Amino acid sequence: MNPLLKSIFSTTFLFSVLRVATPIIFPALGVAISSLSGSTNIALEGIMLVSAFAGVVVSAFTQSLLLALIAGIAAGVLIALILGYFSLKLRADIILAAIALNLFSSGITVFLLYIFAHDKGVSSSLKSLVFPTIKLGVLAKIPILGGILNNQNILVYIAFLSVIVYYIIVFHTPLGLKIRAVGQSPDAASSVGINVVRIKLYALILSGVFGALGGLYLSMGYVSWFGRDMTAGRGFIAIAASSIGSNMPLGTLLGSLLFGVVYALANFLAPINIPSEIIQVIPYIVTVLVLTVYSARTAKEKEIGEE
Amino acid sequence: MEKFILKYFNLIRTIIAILIGFVISISLILLVSKDSFAALGYLFLGPFGSISRMGNIIELATPIIFCGIAIAIPFQASQFNVGAEGTFFISAAFGTAFALIIQSLNLPRFIYVVVVLAFAGLMGALWGFIPGFLKAKYRANMVVLTLMLNYIAYFISIYLINYHFRDKSAGFLTSYRLPDSVFLKQIIPNTRIHIGFLIAIAAVFIAYYFLYHTTLGYEIRMVGFNFHFAKYSGIDVFKVIVLSSMIGGIFAGIGGMSEVMGIHRRFLWQSLPGYGWDGVVVAIIGRNNPILIMFAAFFLAYLRIGGQVLNLLSDVPYELVSVIEAIIILLITAEAFLENIKYRITVKEAEKEVFKNESPS
Repeated sequence: MNPLLKSIFSTTFLFSVLRVATPIIFPALGVAISSLSGSTNIALEGIMLVSAFAGVVVSAFTQSLLLALIAGIAAGVLIALILGYFSLKLRADIILAAIALNLFSSGITVFLLYIFAHDKGVSSSLKSLVFPTIKLGVLAKIPILGGILNNQNILVYIAFLSVIVYYIIVFHTPLGLKIRAVGQSPDAASSVGINVVRIKLYALILSGVFGALGGLYLSMGYVSWFGRDMTAGRGFIAIAASSIGSNMPLGTLLGSLLFGVVYALANFLAPINIPSEIIQVIPYIVTVLVLTVYSARTAKEKEIGEE
Repeated sequence: MEKFILKYFNLIRTIIAILIGFVISISLILLVSKDSFAALGYLFLGPFGSISRMGNIIELATPIIFCGIAIAIPFQASQFNVGAEGTFFISAAFGTAFALIIQSLNLPRFIYVVVVLAFAGLMGALWGFIPGFLKAKYRANMVVLTLMLNYIAYFISIYLINYHFRDKSAGFLTSYRLPDSVFLKQIIPNTRIHIGFLIAIAAVFIAYYFLYHTTLGYEIRMVGFNFHFAKYSGIDVFKVIVLSSMIGGIFAGIGGMSEVMGIHRRFLWQSLPGYGWDGVVVAIIGRNNPILIMFAAFFLAYLRIGGQVLNLLSDVPYELVSVIEAIIILLITAEAFLENIKYRITVKEAEKEVFKNESPS
């Protein structure tokens, strides 16, 4: 067997696919839930950054994972709330407000990193914690699956669990029903007594929670430090992943895994001089195609024009 | 006084937003800096400290002006997009490749420069066509579309340069150096201000003329002003959306190539340089008006250079500037910010008018 193919079908490869996909699954769910409510949230980049930062700093100063988790989620939700306040209450365009918040998060985290750690690149001088990995014990001996799942970070499991939680929220709770109603037709929703602004705000808050978990995984699992702009566009990739899946739980998961495969592949190909750009560009092209086909289908009865 | 406020309400609002941004940044400096007085001096006066720093402002403003216009033209048709980043990048990459390929023709300097810039503009228009067409035809979300196209542009460009035009003798990933005859020459000694800056200024006035004094410009603004009205008054909305995206692309494309020809002399970016996002920022601050965008670009460049001086000479990190920028954008885009003041003044004015008209009779 070709050594390249062999390494691709190895458990180490699949292990790294899950590892790489996790920080995309979380924000992709965040993008998806706000899209369902009718707002395009491109602030996941910023939400993840502040959560990643808050988690590292709080865990370094308190040595408590629980407090770090709470602080990370609180920081992410705070950004989502600011986005909600400006877009829903002060009628700022949500895209522009999100661009501003991404800029803000990128700036404030480096600014505070310098204050706390006297370094503008990474937080390695802070003794921060990481979330534990899960050892499967006997189960690790299961062929293939054992190798893929053993020693994964607990947040990798939580990412998959979040997809189920997302499914339950969206399809089996009153809130999910309202979110979908508001997204499909705000006027109709409001005519049956749904508070559109409030539901959109709830969707943004959930978006913040999902994004925060992704940020925490990045700085306290994927690696064990905070680095400036460490999200490296994952908040935007998340938009692609959720678009591929049309904001549905399974589709969003598959969209994220597609990016996971592609990035893991790019890492595997790097040493053998195959242009990884060609592979890396594929999911974005898929996104454009899916987006176009999907909108073409839903646009039939609507007008072009307003966003 | 009230009339003055109403007339210049947007301008006053923008200035107040900027002042609030400044107040917050000053408070942050006072909070963290050991020598905050000096730090404030570096941030606000530093950019004017020397000829070369003032030159830096102009150098930095040049690509931002191009991208601001590139974003503003589709914005005027209310086609929100963030595509200038990718268009700027891919036009610069293909422009560089094109300039290297036709190098052997030994064209006269002026013609060589014009042909290469025209090619980059064409490339920009082609790249702008994609989101414009997909939006107009299939109603795809333009923000997400352009966001993805930025990545596609990035990977294609990097592939083109690294695998086909890479200068292996250089110690880093970069294209071959462009021939001297295609450089945009520097125009002010001791700075890197180059002819591209003059092109940017020309672009500002061309874009202004285009938007406010041509039929297509009028149609673009009309589509943005009221989509349905534009449609029912017979404007070809499909054409307007596609063309606004393509024309924006031309400006981004020329901007990208002018940056390569004027500053770097080779294609050396290995990541997206971010001028497209800056373009969005100045388009917001300048309310999509090319002339105001030019001032906004100078302002943004001034802030950035101030941040660099601050970073270099004091204990306050550069990133303070991003925080100021973010606060200013948030307040400017928040339509309801200061709205009740405007409302109160309008009511007062209206009452005055009514009383004035009633009293004589």
